[in-house]
Amino acid sequence: MSDIISRSTLASKLAGLVALVAIAVLIAAPWWGSVATERLIGEFMVYLALASLWNLLAGYTGLVSVGQQSFVGFGAYIVFSLALLAGWNPLYTVPMAGIATALIAIPVAKLVFRLQGAYFAIGTWVVAEVFRLGFAQMSILGGGSGKSMPANVVKQIAETKFWREATIYWLAIAIGIGALAMVYALLRSRIGLALTAIRDNETASVSLGIRIERVKYLVYVFVAGMTGLVGALFALQKIRITPDAAFSVNDWTAFVIFIVVIGGIGTIEGPIFGTIIYFLLREFLADLGSIYLLILGALAIGVMLTTPKGIWGFIQARFNLSLFPTGFRVLSKDKS
Amino acid sequence: MDWVNAIIQGILIGGLYALFAAGLSLIFGVMRLVNIAHGDLIVATAYLAWVIIKATGVHPLVSLIFVLPIAAFIGYWLQIGIFNRVLGKDILPPLLVSFGLSVIIQNGLLATFTVDSHKLNAGVFETSSFEILPGISMGYFPLLMFFTAIAVIIALQYMFYHTSLGRAFRATSDDTEVALLMGLDNRKVYAWAMAICLAVVALAGVFLAIRSNFDPFMGPGRLIFGFEAVIIGGLGNLWGTLIGGVILGVAQGLGAELDPGWQVLAGHLAFLLVLAIRPRGLFPRIAG
Amino acid sequence: MSEPLLTIEHLEAAYGDARALHGLDFSLNAGETLALIGANGAGKSTLLKSICGLVSNKSGRVLFKGKDIAGLPANEIVKQGIALVPEGRRLFPSLSVEENLILGGKVKRPGHWSLDTIYSLFPILKEKRHAPSTSLSGGQQQMVAIGRALMSNPDLLLLDELSLGLAPIIIKDIYELLPKITGNGVTAILVEQDVTRALHSASHFICLQEGHISLSGDPKVHTRDAITRAYFGT
Repeated sequence: MSDIISRSTLASKLAGLVALVAIAVLIAAPWWGSVATERLIGEFMVYLALASLWNLLAGYTGLVSVGQQSFVGFGAYIVFSLALLAGWNPLYTVPMAGIATALIAIPVAKLVFRLQGAYFAIGTWVVAEVFRLGFAQMSILGGGSGKSMPANVVKQIAETKFWREATIYWLAIAIGIGALAMVYALLRSRIGLALTAIRDNETASVSLGIRIERVKYLVYVFVAGMTGLVGALFALQKIRITPDAAFSVNDWTAFVIFIVVIGGIGTIEGPIFGTIIYFLLREFLADLGSIYLLILGALAIGVMLTTPKGIWGFIQARFNLSLFPTGFRVLSKDKS
Repeated sequence: MDWVNAIIQGILIGGLYALFAAGLSLIFGVMRLVNIAHGDLIVATAYLAWVIIKATGVHPLVSLIFVLPIAAFIGYWLQIGIFNRVLGKDILPPLLVSFGLSVIIQNGLLATFTVDSHKLNAGVFETSSFEILPGISMGYFPLLMFFTAIAVIIALQYMFYHTSLGRAFRATSDDTEVALLMGLDNRKVYAWAMAICLAVVALAGVFLAIRSNFDPFMGPGRLIFGFEAVIIGGLGNLWGTLIGGVILGVAQGLGAELDPGWQVLAGHLAFLLVLAIRPRGLFPRIAG
Repeated sequence: MSEPLLTIEHLEAAYGDARALHGLDFSLNAGETLALIGANGAGKSTLLKSICGLVSNKSGRVLFKGKDIAGLPANEIVKQGIALVPEGRRLFPSLSVEENLILGGKVKRPGHWSLDTIYSLFPILKEKRHAPSTSLSGGQQQMVAIGRALMSNPDLLLLDELSLGLAPIIIKDIYELLPKITGNGVTAILVEQDVTRALHSASHFICLQEGHISLSGDPKVHTRDAITRAYFGT
């Protein structure tokens, strides 16, 4: 008997190759695309990152947060604080935003982890509201009406518009693909196995000696830090900040939830497909305004009622595909 | 004097928050559902009342005769049509579905009624008040709201502990499977709970709309106030929600007295403070 | 001969992917008491649950008074006249003793049993009628569970593990009352770990083994040895 244990599948190898080529093409976008293309892809990356992170949180640890806008906004405000008040180069503020957001998530977690299930969800929302109202009180950062980044500060990123746009664009690629890659790596690690065990059977994983609360807590703080990075990216993309935009529940949580639900919760591929579907819908339907959001909400409910595992879950069950295998498969070499 | 006034107004507004909270509490008690669209349903009933008043010209309080049963009817079928299909062990589906519903209601209202805010006009009754002490006055309308909240809580308590419907609620909440063996269809029991919840929601919606302007995006804020009142008061305790509402109202009143920008923030901070020191709320239900 | 009260035909039931019953066939006449015995996991509780609608049946028929009830939900089956005393009693903790009983009578089937007749069968319950059901002793809780099931005036009473977790003296008391219950024309299926006691109380028995019937008949006809072999599958 000569079985081999493998994590990769033919589909996953093929997908890897396609992904490498795609990333190379994306990185070259400043030379083949317009500024509008860069910005659209940049925004795509923001949602790809947020969706992957929220999916890790809700789909694998069962922590359904509707307050991730706390961390987007906080990261964005760190960028503005350091760049405007401390005079940092905005680019260097980005990693600081990630670290600071992870740090603020520690006390936040201590509070909201006292709430269970759905109450946890609304608790995270209250925290986000506290952040929003709190920053609206800070007149030094523009209060409720916000602040724009002055031209001399923006110029620190790069002298010419081309390189500025390109730099922020590459940052977006790095954060979008990076978040996806980190979630994937995390799910393949020991923590990932623990998470899958929790998702599949909480009682069993307790008896296996997995310290669920600790794993959940670590994942929450990690996701918060990464979300802070996305917030920093958003700040650089917009070079203007207001509490309402930075802590928007619609932009940073509602859309993200719809993306994950429609794409397929609890799968790595789901958020990617969800983001693509979301951007396609937006391109075609955004002119409809409020009707567009109504359709999006109805679509999410429809998916939840009919295919709870989302579009990717449906494809996966049909064709047994996996682009990002996290489990192990036993392949038999003996062909009969 | 301003401070005393702020506290009194805060206590009275606490009644409205208790009305926001009572439905949430009931639904959670019966079926462990947290409906994120709760606040949007409050706002939707305000619009319903507005439409009825526009069509018939009745007084806002009289419009309740129509709004309450319509809301209850909608609640019943909302439960049968949507929530019953996703209730189960996993909390994620009902949560996400109610989140989607919230977005649908907000944007449906926006598309139908535009972003302009409206108000229900209850006439001179809205602003009339009497002086209880020199310099401290009490409005008739806030007082009505407060006593309505007390009456609603008494009625809900009575329903829950002394009627066959309440018995069905408690039994289904205790053990759905055995309740089925008694002939209780849990889907219908849940639908009745949601119908009652929506009737309370409608009451809250009409009061809200008499008290202040409303627009399609007010829902999430009302959900959060109701939720905070529930948690401050202690899960599963209806009287607790009144006390939670009062604490929230007073905190907001005092915050507003400090700085108008601090009104809502002060309420949130009071909630977080309670969560930090008494995570089970001030008056958790005693088991049994 | 009149037709049997309950006829089970090729009944299969499963929990998810795990099959628990593999095509059972038997019938039960009105007034009989059937003892269902078998080792843990043999499918006894599953059979009771699939008769009263708590486990959905994969295939086969459950004919009750000539009507196939296999697809009905549990809350409809109780209206047809089948009541279950569940394993572990499962009283409603937030209901008082009397409220538990009243809820049992919710389907309002006419018959002998009412609050009064239950209280005369179990006088202690009248004393404790307003107490929370959880404050009672195990034996008293079992009385409430039996009373709650009787309140629906069932034609068929399913009793699951009456003796579970109770002191021997209390078990004896409860079993002594059993003839009073079945004496009113109620047909009963009795699931019991205590094989001797079960066989003693029954007119008829079925031994289940891994979802199959391994032996059935009159307890007095089969030797203890044969029953033991059927029980353990040796």
